[in-house]
Amino acid sequence: MPPTVAVTDLTKRFPGITAVDRLTFEVQAGEIFGLVGPDGAGKTTALRMLAGVLTPDGGSATVAGADIIHDPETAKARLSYMPQRFGLYEDLTVEENIRFYADVFGVSRPERVERSQRLLDAAGMSPFTDRLAGKLSGGMKQKLGLVCALIHRPQVILLDEPTNGVDPVSRRDFWRILYSLLAEGICIVMSTSYLDEAERCHRVALLHQGHMLYCESPAELKTHLRGTVLSVVSGDARRIRTALVDADGVLHIWLVGDGVRLVVDDATRRIPELRAALRAAHLSFDRLEVVKPTIEDLFVAVTSTSSGETS
Amino acid sequence: MRCHRLLAIMRKETLQIRRDLPSLLITVAMPLLLMLAFGYGVRFDVQHIPVYVYDREGSQQSQDFLKHFQASEYFSVIKAVDSYPALIDALDAGACRLAIVIPTDFSERLNTGGSVGIQALVDATDNNTANISLSYSESIVQAYNQRLRLDWVQRHGQDVMPPPLRIDTRTWFNENLESTANIVPGVVAIIMAVIGSFLTSLTIAREWERGTMEQLVSTPVTPIELMVGKLVPYFAIGLIDTMLCAGLAIWWFEVPFRGQWGVFVLSCTLFLLVVLALGYAVSVVAKSQLAASQAALIATFLPAFLLSGFLYPIDQMPSVIRIITHVIPARYFMSVIRDVFLKGSPLVYLLDDLLALAVFATLLTLLATRAFHKTLA
Amino acid sequence: MTDLDTTTIVGHDLVKRFGTFVAVDHINLEARAGEVVGFLGPNGAGKSTTIRMLCGLLRPTSGQALVAGYDVAREAEQVRRHIGYMSQKFSLYNDLRVIENIRFFGSMYDVPAAMLKEREAWVLEMAGLVGRESTVTGTLPSGWKQRLALGCAVLHRPPILFLDEPTSGVDPISRRQFWELIHSMAADGVTVLVTTHYMDEAEYCNRLILIFHGRIVASGSPSELKQQTMTGELLLIECDPLGRALDALQHVPDIRDLAVFGNALHVVVQHAQTAIPHLRGVLSGQGVTVSRIEPIHPSLEDVFVSLTAQLSAHRT
Repeated sequence: MPPTVAVTDLTKRFPGITAVDRLTFEVQAGEIFGLVGPDGAGKTTALRMLAGVLTPDGGSATVAGADIIHDPETAKARLSYMPQRFGLYEDLTVEENIRFYADVFGVSRPERVERSQRLLDAAGMSPFTDRLAGKLSGGMKQKLGLVCALIHRPQVILLDEPTNGVDPVSRRDFWRILYSLLAEGICIVMSTSYLDEAERCHRVALLHQGHMLYCESPAELKTHLRGTVLSVVSGDARRIRTALVDADGVLHIWLVGDGVRLVVDDATRRIPELRAALRAAHLSFDRLEVVKPTIEDLFVAVTSTSSGETS
Repeated sequence: MRCHRLLAIMRKETLQIRRDLPSLLITVAMPLLLMLAFGYGVRFDVQHIPVYVYDREGSQQSQDFLKHFQASEYFSVIKAVDSYPALIDALDAGACRLAIVIPTDFSERLNTGGSVGIQALVDATDNNTANISLSYSESIVQAYNQRLRLDWVQRHGQDVMPPPLRIDTRTWFNENLESTANIVPGVVAIIMAVIGSFLTSLTIAREWERGTMEQLVSTPVTPIELMVGKLVPYFAIGLIDTMLCAGLAIWWFEVPFRGQWGVFVLSCTLFLLVVLALGYAVSVVAKSQLAASQAALIATFLPAFLLSGFLYPIDQMPSVIRIITHVIPARYFMSVIRDVFLKGSPLVYLLDDLLALAVFATLLTLLATRAFHKTLA
Repeated sequence: MTDLDTTTIVGHDLVKRFGTFVAVDHINLEARAGEVVGFLGPNGAGKSTTIRMLCGLLRPTSGQALVAGYDVAREAEQVRRHIGYMSQKFSLYNDLRVIENIRFFGSMYDVPAAMLKEREAWVLEMAGLVGRESTVTGTLPSGWKQRLALGCAVLHRPPILFLDEPTSGVDPISRRQFWELIHSMAADGVTVLVTTHYMDEAEYCNRLILIFHGRIVASGSPSELKQQTMTGELLLIECDPLGRALDALQHVPDIRDLAVFGNALHVVVQHAQTAIPHLRGVLSGQGVTVSRIEPIHPSLEDVFVSLTAQLSAHRT
């Protein structure tokens, strides 16, 4: 089956900066694909090009079987784009917003009524159809934006940081809706700067200053981390850090709220060494153990070496 | 209040002002523009008022008298006609603002010590100019009377009573020389110009600013659909607004309405199209709502107020400025609207103004459509 | 210089009502010098309202709070002089140069002229902007801007610092550097209060306070919260096909919470050891192949969601 979204060497330059540099990836139907990276990595620019809102300087992209660069209008009829700043009309009600987008995409009235009911129920927003969009909470605005994006049965949904500033509970609701869409064969491309959200995608493209560092599933990504992550829980974190920063085999070490996290080259060898070092320095700790690496750990490890930055 | 905090705020504001180029341009350019416009464009004293004459006697004395008008720098005697209808037509068409009629027994009466009245028909749509024309005419007649008297006294040794020459004035179009009749229709035009373009100037910029445009542009909607869909409601509002103002003018301010309603509505439609398209074009090009509204104001209010003939007659402006007024759509609309209210001239005299408006409307609509791109960059 | 056991913030029975809506419902809290305390909670839970009361920006309806020794209701102006505040989107002027921003905020915070030069140098050094004083602030990358904003917020060396989602959207390296700074300030005795939705950020706090519907519902270090507040244990299940697995597990009574995580399921059960074989059986009974099923440590997000779910259920 041909991929629903296919991007080859997509490039965009702005004065003084290459925002997106030869991005290449594919997404299948029923997949959630994440563009992950901090602000300025090129995520929004990439999504805008896929939505046909920004013209690329190089490369090609097919979205839902149509060439978004040379035949944008065909593609636009089959995709849905939720930009970072909502496309909601704050002075219209929930119902009126849905109706507007349904009409723009030519959704018939009976279909709109049926579908909007179902989507609003799933989002838990049925009691709010008459409320002005501007008066909704952040989490509800997100969900309304998603409903408007789905009302015309798109094949591809492009979401730009859809859970920005939303509390974790609403974020879970949002993800629940996204997962339920996959059963319909929709493919979702989303961007996020919440690295922990990357774990929820099927596959992730890690972006840094316009370049794609990796494009794999979260599990595969973590195998790239050289070394093992350890966590030391202690109230004396600063002194522990000072004590261990120059120890053998410690590749990175940083403070967290209740202790220290570090990356060592060989856990079996180093753990006893570190315990000994702490005892020798009379530093107490509650736990010292191996923990699973997070995408953030990987990102730091990879970007420190690729850009030569040191902490 | 602490001095150093005060200074810090002042310093910060100054730095920010210096770096905000568009606003700076306005603070510097606007006053200059206004000075120039008012300095050159505004003349309360009048010169070269176009005059037609109808000399029914055609004697040497009447010609001699008329030379006084010709010699005056206030008047510019353009044409001599030989019938009343020709004079009326000229007034209707705006070819002259003052028409002098010399009666058939002009010299006869004067030479026999009688008194005679010359007719002065004055176009009073601009009551200011009209009043001035009349008083200039009066002073010419006074001067002439003085000469006649001296002459008479020299010849006959005694004074003539009453003064031999007088002016019988007939004001045309605005019988009571009320400024309301002049200003109010003009105000309707200004209102339309400003409101029309101001409203639409915000519409596109606002959507970009709020972020909704980005999403719209990713849908199949076409630029034409977008433009027409957005402008139609504003058009309806604009038309209703105009009718309300016209109604107010007619029934409250009692400004006469002598033209045809059809012509009025047609010209309003055309002008609305012009200002809406202009506002839309500004909105597409401007980067923010603030910039859009500033640009719209400058592009419509100032020209409409100063250069359309609203307060200051166009034919009194220096030639350079007069040429500039040809690209101001408000000028044509002002002329039509005043005609429709006060003159009621036949349609044929309004055709070139209406045509000009139609051309502007088409050009600006095309400009607005072409300027809008469904992309960010 | 400061006694690290000094309590710098005390809030006692704080209440804030807006009309009939109770935004903050009898909150008691304490923070000491050198502590980094994080406020977590859904939007509208009362976090911002509580912070605003502590900053002297909002008067409590009832209750009392002392910040840096000053009463927030009666000595609000003094309170404001003793706190630094850094908001999410950095309150820097983008069209001013770096040094102009620093000088401006120095004046705003009444930093004495004699000290200003020294403090300017400190901020430039701390933010890594030495040599870039004339750069226009708007052109700085977000990591630098963030550190500059922090510097500007503490020019007057306040004993208390409020941070509102300070590192959202910033790359992880810059975030770690930022938190290094915060922790070093805390080591100097500054009390730091943070509000955030970022669980990654929450991990950097010494202590977390969870606010829900105007009340404090949990409090403790990140580890404590992860261990103590989850009722039940978290399992990771990797299986295929995922959709069928979801359906199959919906009706298992043992399961307290079920969520999809990319290619796997996170399931909360009462007791991991008994649940694992049970679930394995259920799934294979439905024709689902299970490649992995094991207990995992809950993340802060799991804790948060689990707690708020319980509390919501409790309310309804």
